[in-house]
Amino acid sequence: MKIKKNIPLIDQHDKNGFWGKFGGNFIPETLKKPVEDLTILFEKLRKDKKFIQERDHYFKNWLGSPTRFTKLENLTEHLGGAQIWTKVVSDLNGGAHKSLNATVHCLIAKRAGKKYIVGDTGAGYAGKMLSMAAKKFGLKCKIFMGAKDIKRQKPNCDAMRANDAEIVPVYTGSQTLVDAVSECMRYWVSNCDTTAMCVGSTVGPNIFVKICGWSTSQISKELLIQIKDEFGEIPKKLKLINCVGGGSSSFGFWNEFMHYDKKQVEFIGVEAGGPKNSKKHAAPLTYGSKIGVLHGAMQYVNQDMEGQIEETESISAGLDYPGVSPLHCFLKDTKRARYTAATDEEALNAYKIVTKFESLNPSLEPSHAFAEAIKIAPKLSKDTIVCVNSCGDALKDRDILKKRLGK
Amino acid sequence: MTISPINLAFKKTKKEERPALLTYTVAGDNTKKKSLEILNSISKYVDICELGLAHNTPIGDGGQIQTASYRAIKNGIKMKDIFQIVNKFKNSKNSKPVILMGYYNMIYRYGENKFLKKCKQVGVNGLIVVDLPWPDNKNFAKKCKKKSITFVQLLSPTTSKKRIKKIINDSHDMIYYISMLSTTGGKLKISPKKILENYNSIKKINSSKNIVIGFGITKKTISSLKKADGLVVGSEICKEISKSLKKSQNPVTNVARMVSLLKNKIS
Ligand SMILES: Cc1ncc(COP(=O)(O)O)c(C=O)c1O
Repeated sequence: MKIKKNIPLIDQHDKNGFWGKFGGNFIPETLKKPVEDLTILFEKLRKDKKFIQERDHYFKNWLGSPTRFTKLENLTEHLGGAQIWTKVVSDLNGGAHKSLNATVHCLIAKRAGKKYIVGDTGAGYAGKMLSMAAKKFGLKCKIFMGAKDIKRQKPNCDAMRANDAEIVPVYTGSQTLVDAVSECMRYWVSNCDTTAMCVGSTVGPNIFVKICGWSTSQISKELLIQIKDEFGEIPKKLKLINCVGGGSSSFGFWNEFMHYDKKQVEFIGVEAGGPKNSKKHAAPLTYGSKIGVLHGAMQYVNQDMEGQIEETESISAGLDYPGVSPLHCFLKDTKRARYTAATDEEALNAYKIVTKFESLNPSLEPSHAFAEAIKIAPKLSKDTIVCVNSCGDALKDRDILKKRLGK
Repeated sequence: MTISPINLAFKKTKKEERPALLTYTVAGDNTKKKSLEILNSISKYVDICELGLAHNTPIGDGGQIQTASYRAIKNGIKMKDIFQIVNKFKNSKNSKPVILMGYYNMIYRYGENKFLKKCKQVGVNGLIVVDLPWPDNKNFAKKCKKKSITFVQLLSPTTSKKRIKKIINDSHDMIYYISMLSTTGGKLKISPKKILENYNSIKKINSSKNIVIGFGITKKTISSLKKADGLVVGSEICKEISKSLKKSQNPVTNVARMVSLLKNKIS
């Protein structure tokens, strides 16, 4: 398995939809046709100048792209090693990168003549952004969300309701993201004739991985230009650190840097390690989970000997998922990216440090990425540029933060 | 070549001028023991038994089968138990052909070859893998054929004519037609007449194939679909087990009663 140059990674799959061993389309027969229709439409639209103009228009004028790329001076000084920079992707309308994928899915759904759109959500951002975009583009919207997540991410649920979306609580299994995605797919099986589905991350059947990765790549498109503007060239030592749940923000943060040597541009993905003293985690890449099928794709996934998907645990609802994008499985096996995990406690501590030194309010997901930056920066030279994707705003986490940190 | 037990079952029901009755229960629902007792008790009414491999992340199943699956998993059902259930059932004197139905991850994790070997050993006659559609299933279907296990291809209302032809070409002794856009256990949302129309247009392509209809079939709707080669009832039975447990009644007798009623409706 090798990454090819000059073709986007999202297109480096074989005719069955596999990136190496990962991905594919493990779906019920009923979904074959809608998935094929979506594939044909997307491949047409991505070559359609008018569609691209439309996308760029909404990204710029509605979502507020490009987002800031800025140095965290105080944190850099405090850590005393590498320079810490951040891309404040949470500046996007809605407060996270999920709006990029949601907007693109709604634009496609409009072209497909659909009136309804459904989606899954964990942290509530994917749901909030889909409800926001659905409202903007005149689609009726239903969001599937685990009952546990509805409780712990209330501010985002309030936002969804304000956007007239219906939240469907999911009570099966661990009542988190994995169950929400399953329920959403089941709903689509029954309603695929009238309804479009948006998968909230770079997971699911092949085409959903591609559409999401294509959409979030906007982040690295901006970053590449911003870094060249700032430094005149790509720095000799650049590290791009991002949290990894399904992997949409990280993939989007890295995509345009794919073909740089990893000695120059290193990709570090940070998964959710779960509570310090718990065996449960949401870090299939870090802890060597076995390959299996989840939500239509072959991937590394937490599972038992029998192939049952295992329950996960993380303070961060957005990272609390037993599987991970086939793209990241591929990046791991080709060694282009390296993956590690931060515990709940490390993420909380990172949140404390970042908010103490900077006027930045990263949600619990990017706090996992900051934990890794804080860990490695002191040992790195001053000409090393560490850039963290601050992909979500902590407003949604206010109840958890209050309980855990008294803030 | 010897004729397969599945084919034989259809030959018999055709002679009797009625559709084959196929039941679906989840292996190990609600316990390993009860699930075998259920099979034994319905065997005399049923032509082919489908047995589900409980999975905890099923993307094609509705509430009833999900509940049954979670119940079986909670009560500790493992692959080795499932094979034991099949083995015991197949060794009983009243046994019927058995088709295992499940999701690919469980087979993948077990190992395709090891799984098929074990199936052969205990007497499994057919396999349905919900999330392994054509053409991705070509390789696996071939392996099944080598072991004289029927790989059951699925067709749905969304399957194009062109695709249907290709799938039928690659199919074995039985094909499963999904009646409507739904997960299992949905209410019939199109008329039986329309379902049979779709069904007949598929039959016309190759009338020698045994094609069964499933999804949304209950004691209320079953007789209106009698013209098919076979009819599958699943969620209705799983629901009966749930109801029996809730009322602290014996699911075995209740399910047997229901299945005998289903049989009456199509005889
Ligand atoms: C702010 C934020 N970051 C990260 C994630 C994790 O998803 P992904 O890895 O797809 O970016 C989520 C998911 O809900 C999120 O809301």
